[in-house]
Amino acid sequence: MSNDAAGSERAEAGLAGADPSVANFDEARPTPIRRIQAFLHDFPTSIPFIVLLIGVVIFSLAAPGKFLSPLNLSVVLQQVTIIAILGIAQTLVILTAGIDLSVGAIMILCHVVMGRTAVVYGWPVEVAFALGLVVGLACGYLNGLIVTVLKLPPFIVTLGTWSIFGALNTWYSRSETIRAVDMEANAPFLLWMGKLIKLWQDLGVPLPFLRGWVVTYGSLLMIALALIVSYVLGRTAFGRHVYATGDDPDAARLSGINTGRTLLAVYALAGLICAIAGWVLIGRIGGVSPQAGLTANLDSITAVVIGGTSLFGGRGSIIGTLFGALIVGVFRNGLALSGLEVLWQDFTVGVLIIVAVTIDQWIRKLSA
Amino acid sequence: MRRLSVLKAAIAGFALCTAMASSAYSADIVGLITKTETNPFFVKMREGAQAKAKELNVELITAAGKFDGDNDGQVAAIENLISAGAKGFAIVPSDSKAIVPTIQKARDAGLMVIVLDTPLDPMDAATATFATDNRKAGQLIGEWAKGTLGDKAKDASIVFLDLATNQPTVDYLRDQGFMAGFGIDVKDPNKYGDEDDARICTHEISQGDQEKGRTAMENALTKCPNVNVVYTINEPAAAGAYEALKAVGKDDGSVLIVSVDGGCPGVANVKSGVIGATSQQYPLKMAAMALEAIVSGKLPEIDPAMGFLDTGATLVTDKPVDGVDSIDTTKGADLCWG
Repeated sequence: MSNDAAGSERAEAGLAGADPSVANFDEARPTPIRRIQAFLHDFPTSIPFIVLLIGVVIFSLAAPGKFLSPLNLSVVLQQVTIIAILGIAQTLVILTAGIDLSVGAIMILCHVVMGRTAVVYGWPVEVAFALGLVVGLACGYLNGLIVTVLKLPPFIVTLGTWSIFGALNTWYSRSETIRAVDMEANAPFLLWMGKLIKLWQDLGVPLPFLRGWVVTYGSLLMIALALIVSYVLGRTAFGRHVYATGDDPDAARLSGINTGRTLLAVYALAGLICAIAGWVLIGRIGGVSPQAGLTANLDSITAVVIGGTSLFGGRGSIIGTLFGALIVGVFRNGLALSGLEVLWQDFTVGVLIIVAVTIDQWIRKLSA
Repeated sequence: MRRLSVLKAAIAGFALCTAMASSAYSADIVGLITKTETNPFFVKMREGAQAKAKELNVELITAAGKFDGDNDGQVAAIENLISAGAKGFAIVPSDSKAIVPTIQKARDAGLMVIVLDTPLDPMDAATATFATDNRKAGQLIGEWAKGTLGDKAKDASIVFLDLATNQPTVDYLRDQGFMAGFGIDVKDPNKYGDEDDARICTHEISQGDQEKGRTAMENALTKCPNVNVVYTINEPAAAGAYEALKAVGKDDGSVLIVSVDGGCPGVANVKSGVIGATSQQYPLKMAAMALEAIVSGKLPEIDPAMGFLDTGATLVTDKPVDGVDSIDTTKGADLCWG
């Protein structure tokens, strides 16, 4: 016994000066870079917010007196509204690790259905409007059905339906434009989303900083939609199922989530939101133009990606997408006001996409 | 039951074959290839060609690229027409340079090739070209805007809503034609953006799209708060620009909008005062004349100095100006397309 005690004492003595901690994987002091990475991992929406701030600062210096006026900022908000609404639909799909290439085509088809049914075929405007929403829902539901039942990759499915919905648009619209005047005479309700509210005069709120601000009902609808969908994603079981399905579908299924039904609901909801975007589009262009919105598909994906939502699913937010859409709008408007050619706007948006995805990959390393 | 349906399918298939064979033997085949299926300008062109084909009792095969600028789709369409043994075809080239070798191949195979709307580069690569003189179309609206403003023309603030950054032919022809008509020194007549006239406030890109036209006009308004003339590449862009002007209360007639095309919604917009004046072109006429030439094998007279057959451009406005020929919107609506 005494020998043992002496031996252990010797062993203890041998350990003197060694690191006393046991199996510690934390770095003693995280480097500043690590801290930033951890912060961004916890608050991914902060990146687009910071980029947006930087953009605003740059352009208020580059186009003094023009960019930072309430009127111009109101205009930027109006310009991004449609892409932001499509972006909300796109975010839902991308959160499930899918992608929807048909969002723009659904929007155009629905705006044609609403306008043409009401103005050309003379149906009651409520019916035409409801029909447009139903068509959007049906298009989304079809996407969801093919993805879940035939188990095809969403990229391929929506590449196909993009073409199909586009052809249906050409067939139903007969490529005919409907003018603002005919719209006002026959279906003013459909133009409602384009109506302007002057925050200072119309609301009569005596807040000096509201002077000069003009928003459309469409922009308010966009904000309302964003809040509702954010709530659903963050605070309801369905919302958690969406994130879980995108993050790891096998784990989600094993924990009792009906991933098929979740996906179906997501695509259908996305279709419905696209139809709403179609309604807002009618208000913005003051009529129906079957040729409009050719780039809306990719613009919506751009907004989602720049807004920090991961293309691999399971991480991202609606608010991020709103910031993403605003960033694209602010950069395009700001560069135009600074007198740069459009090609430099495209160039800048491209750089923003690459940077956004690079940051996303870097943050993902922490969670891996 | 099952045998019956197989039998039915066989009968249907046989009937289809005979129908196709009989039509192929009975008539000459003539083709029409447009840039896209969806643009109303081409939709009307196709309708004009279909009516003419019926009248001349020939079989019309139509094809189009998938999007504006799709050269491959048009190459495939020409190859199909060569294999089908067509007598000739009319084409609106998406890429006026890249399509030339394929057109040469078709002409070598004995097909007559009439180019519509957008001349090839070089123009004589086609058997003949029938097109709108887009420079003249631009010039008409330029002269009209100058005449309407009168003395105020010398202090005008003009916004240009153009088509695309790469300035396709139709884009610079209309833009520079407008400038020439308005009395602006165009410098290089085949390029816009090199002028130094103080009345030019900005050039923005609309892509000929109603939504993008509105966005372009909104950005232009921030740069040019005193704008009083807006030139637009086409009527959808004009309609979008008007929405932007309306949003800031400038729809009171203080801003003149001019455009080119003469589609039915555009003419209706001239009538209701959205657009001041537009230059109307005639796609149905282009297509019908092309079909006649191919079927008869005889070309109409073409002025060698111009190099192409001008199918005409007419100014449509309800506020005519002395010294500029125009028709009113009632007449314009009779002649409109789309």
